[in-house]
Amino acid sequence: MHIARVVPAMRVGIDRTPWVLAGGLVVLLAAMAAGVLLGPARISPGGLGAVLADALGLADLPDAFRRDAAVLGVIRAPRVLLAAIIGAGLGAAGAAMQGLFRNPLADPGLIGVSAGAALAAVAAIVFGATLFGVAAGALGLWMLPLAAFLGGLAATLLMARLGNVGGVTGVATLLLAGVAVNALAGALTGLLIFTADDRQVRDITFWTLGSLAGARWEQVPVVAALVGLPTLGLIALARPLDALLLGEAEAFHLGHRVETVKRVAVTLAAIAVAAGVAFTGLIGFVGLVVPHLLRLGFGSGHRLVLPGSALLGGALLVLSDLAARSLAAPAELPVGVVTALIGAPFFLWLLRRAAGAQA
Amino acid sequence: MQRRALLGLAATLPLARPARAELSRIVTVGGAVTETVFALGAGAQVVAVDSTSLFPAAARALPQVGYLRSLAPEGLISLDPDLLLLSDEAGPPQSIAVLRAAGAPVAMIPDGAGAAAVRRKITAIAQALGQDGSGLADAVAADWAALDAPIAALRPARALFVLSAARGAPLVSGRNTHADALLAAVGAENCVTEFQGYRPLSAESSAQRAPEVIVMMEHALAEAGGIDGVLRATALSVTPAAATRRVVALEGSYMLNFGPRAAHARRDLAARLHPAANLPALPARPWV
Repeated sequence: MHIARVVPAMRVGIDRTPWVLAGGLVVLLAAMAAGVLLGPARISPGGLGAVLADALGLADLPDAFRRDAAVLGVIRAPRVLLAAIIGAGLGAAGAAMQGLFRNPLADPGLIGVSAGAALAAVAAIVFGATLFGVAAGALGLWMLPLAAFLGGLAATLLMARLGNVGGVTGVATLLLAGVAVNALAGALTGLLIFTADDRQVRDITFWTLGSLAGARWEQVPVVAALVGLPTLGLIALARPLDALLLGEAEAFHLGHRVETVKRVAVTLAAIAVAAGVAFTGLIGFVGLVVPHLLRLGFGSGHRLVLPGSALLGGALLVLSDLAARSLAAPAELPVGVVTALIGAPFFLWLLRRAAGAQA
Repeated sequence: MQRRALLGLAATLPLARPARAELSRIVTVGGAVTETVFALGAGAQVVAVDSTSLFPAAARALPQVGYLRSLAPEGLISLDPDLLLLSDEAGPPQSIAVLRAAGAPVAMIPDGAGAAAVRRKITAIAQALGQDGSGLADAVAADWAALDAPIAALRPARALFVLSAARGAPLVSGRNTHADALLAAVGAENCVTEFQGYRPLSAESSAQRAPEVIVMMEHALAEAGGIDGVLRATALSVTPAAATRRVVALEGSYMLNFGPRAAHARRDLAARLHPAANLPALPARPWV
């Protein structure tokens, strides 16, 4: 794909951005409604009505619908909220990294955050039980997410340090530093896997495939703060990122502080992605496919692509999770497998279409 | 006020749990748990099992909830269980936490190897089912104890438990595994004592350890291409066991579950390892 495709197209006529974003919001809300209403545990309309009436304080919940209340309120609602916020974070972070690196294939993995989070999560799985005894308590449930979050941030920080030469962050140096950090984290992860026992190896495998099965209400405020706020921050960077697409010198002459923009964008993307994967494990393709879809349909302006990627990224993860828990019921597929199964063929189709359009 | 009190109840009480005698929808997770529920005569009430529940054959025909370390909270609740019997090996812990938060009727059963662990499992499962498990537990313990003296009199065989030998270095059992406990119970000496759990064994250290006999699970032996295939692996070809072609295999869940069949598995494996020994025959039990 040619770099020119990432540069905002000059569009004549009315600005479609508000309409496209309103459409994205509708899609996200519809996906969330489907995510709450559908799943392997069937909820009858009567059950839904009883649970809603109870939630609104209109009527007491009959005993017969207590299961429905647990499924809707305890299992699905926090799960759908987490999927929407984390998907939004992955989508916006992907869009921002592609803009920053001026490379359509960039994704948050390039800044080391996934590999760092994975290394720390694997360390938590392997050493956690030894350090904290039988990790069944409340601390045990938060230890792995905390480790993964800090690991993701540390890897990105290391990469930013390595990529910063004489106070200037060269995009090529940054990319190569990311490759080096990824290789190092991968090697250390391999070392930990060697020392892990059979059960831990399986836990590690499932973590790297991603799942929202552990979603609980107490995680929602944490994810809203650590993923939701950085996502909004990335969306606010739309104008400087648009300017950067023209080139660093051009952006500087347009009055943007290029180094600051780069640093802020990388930091916000790292926080959003690290906090997201901390609770779900690795989930691929959301940050790659969604921004592409928007660029192919509506051009590359970040004022559309960034918030659009957040809305559709959230919708994609909510629907992927719905598929993950429905298709193999009563068992569950890893959600990272679903996003990749949807994402990879779709991505190939997009590439073919783009190649055809250029030929 | 009343509504709030009801909500509080909903949070602490299991979902509409009936009296014990009315248990009709049980989900079992863990091979030994499933075996024990069937041995206690509650098999007809089991509606789904996990992928490690391979015995009895009736359990394999039931709907699957997947691997025991990747349980799905909504999938389990969609089965409308009135009892979720989970081995404490089940996970991930996050999923168990969601199940508990949703008020699912979860009972955790302690896993473990050895005679004491078998009794603990049977007792805990019988209690969760609202039954008296002492009949089953005592019978298994008596069968187990009948083998103690004859096996203690045997010269321990130097054994290597191979989990898989199909690719690369064979994965063998060190200390602190069910396989290690099994070897100790059948008059064998695990020749790998330097590490815990299952690890790949290099050819050099395998030669140095000189196992007289290799113990495997039947399906792992078949995957590795039978005895010839196993002994083709460099690390195993250099052992005394290869020279005498002593590879012993039993069905994996039979050997390693440490459920109600544990005593019979102990006798069978001991007899295979010590063909000349005169071990007492165990009574035929309906659950074996």
